Amino acid sequence: MRKQFVTTTERLLDEDERVVVLLGDIGVFAFRNAFKKHPQRIINIGILEQATVSVAAGLAKEGFIPLFHSIAPFVVERAFEQIKVDFGYQSLGGNFVSVGGSYDYAALGCSHHCPGDVSLMQAVPGVEIIVPGHPAELDALMSQTYASGHPTYYRLSERSNRSAQSVTFGKAEVIRSGNGPTVVTVGPFLDRVVEALEGKDATILYYTTITPFDAATLQQHAGDGRILCVEPFYEGTLAASVTQALRGKRIALSSMGVPRQFLTSYGNADYHDRSCGLLAPDIRARFEELCHV
Amino acid sequence: MESDIRALKQKIIRAASISGEGHIASAFSILDILWVLYHSILRNDPAQPQDPLRDRFVLSKGHASLGIYGILAQRGFFPLEELNTFASSSGRLGGHPDSRKVPGVEASTGSLGHGMPMAAGMALGLKIRGSTSRVVCIVGDGECNEGAVWEGALLAAHHQLGNFTCIVDYNHSGDRALMLGDLCAKFSAFGWETTEIDGHDHAQIKAALAPHGGDVPRAIIARTIKGQGCTEMENNPAWHHKAPKADELEALLAQLT
Repeated sequence: MRKQFVTTTERLLDEDERVVVLLGDIGVFAFRNAFKKHPQRIINIGILEQATVSVAAGLAKEGFIPLFHSIAPFVVERAFEQIKVDFGYQSLGGNFVSVGGSYDYAALGCSHHCPGDVSLMQAVPGVEIIVPGHPAELDALMSQTYASGHPTYYRLSERSNRSAQSVTFGKAEVIRSGNGPTVVTVGPFLDRVVEALEGKDATILYYTTITPFDAATLQQHAGDGRILCVEPFYEGTLAASVTQALRGKRIALSSMGVPRQFLTSYGNADYHDRSCGLLAPDIRARFEELCHV
Repeated sequence: MESDIRALKQKIIRAASISGEGHIASAFSILDILWVLYHSILRNDPAQPQDPLRDRFVLSKGHASLGIYGILAQRGFFPLEELNTFASSSGRLGGHPDSRKVPGVEASTGSLGHGMPMAAGMALGLKIRGSTSRVVCIVGDGECNEGAVWEGALLAAHHQLGNFTCIVDYNHSGDRALMLGDLCAKFSAFGWETTEIDGHDHAQIKAALAPHGGDVPRAIIARTIKGQGCTEMENNPAWHHKAPKADELEALLAQLT
């Protein structure tokens, strides 16, 4: 997905003179061609995320479309107040592209874990949040939204689904429709959800846009109100959007995601999936539990 | 001119008194600098506040909003009488300036350490575009506690933003928390051209703000007096965030006649 990010960003730099890329001293080699081609509009800005987001806001005020790229905790958590005030409150457009969401950088420990990025970004009114599950989806969604005039957060994952869905910003995809509980899942978790529910009577809804949340698709496919959310970030991150979408309806909501505790061990993302109970058998067991509600 | 500034200070005090709100002393600390900026330095047109050719000014120490409101109103960006709506529920002049509401305000500030790097970003954008417009910002000395100010200083020097000037309102109100020492030396060490002036001397302010060309950002360390012009307010922490009560109002106004 990171390769696709470079390819898509290079194309946007070529096509739109308003695009300015600020790299937080990562991905510099990958962007070497862009540095040659657009020396004024791609900058290795350094490791100073707070000022970078403010500088990006200043660029946006001058009519540019900034894109800031760094590791998730440094984009979102370190510079959160700048995103909130400089972009959110001032209604400026800009793009924030992270890698290392949740525990993609598991071995680097707690400072580099970031399962709370989406929750935090949801707290800024006007922010768009995009979690693609495949490189082709990233390309489509970035192309649709990079100039939206909103602050837009793209959460890139180290792991992708085997095939891409035809995705549209702000719309959920109905992967399959059934009469049992409805499973809401996000980005890179789609494959494991499909695997988990093989042979089960379930509806699967696939979200790559987290905010604004596509309430209409959920309303149309909520069945009898039994909803299972399978989230690649903190468990319960989608709960407010789901319950708001289904307000007035009797629902039974079950959420699976990264538990709300510090993960103190290292290893890799697969290890943490296992230890957090986020593999296909875990999802299948939780689904069956919901079937008996 | 001096009488004009005193009259403006009276209007600011009255606005704060009506609302029971405001950082008057912080506004008076920078009012001479703002006066010179808006009368002798910045290219801007109150009738076209978004003119792309304008010079930009960012009040990074946003709590001194009464100062920028006073100057903008005096220059005709909005009516002077509007100052009396300061901090009211239906007004647009808040305790911190809001670029979404107030003509002439370039950036919404309030969180210290945001405005300066935002102004640097504007300067970078203007440089990329090849514009001749310049960007000036004012930070407070207390604000210079914020790391983001120094991040902005690094970036402005590295990216050779000769179109960018940062004025430090050095009234020493932050000394009780953290001594900043020689700010000229600090900005010089970050690669800036620096000068130190009396922030209430109009000739010195004007000379320091003259266009300087080149590709080095300029820091102006302005020695200022917080609450300048009102004896009991000057450098008195009790007046940092305080509006005059009725019995204090007339005494303050009398000093400014």
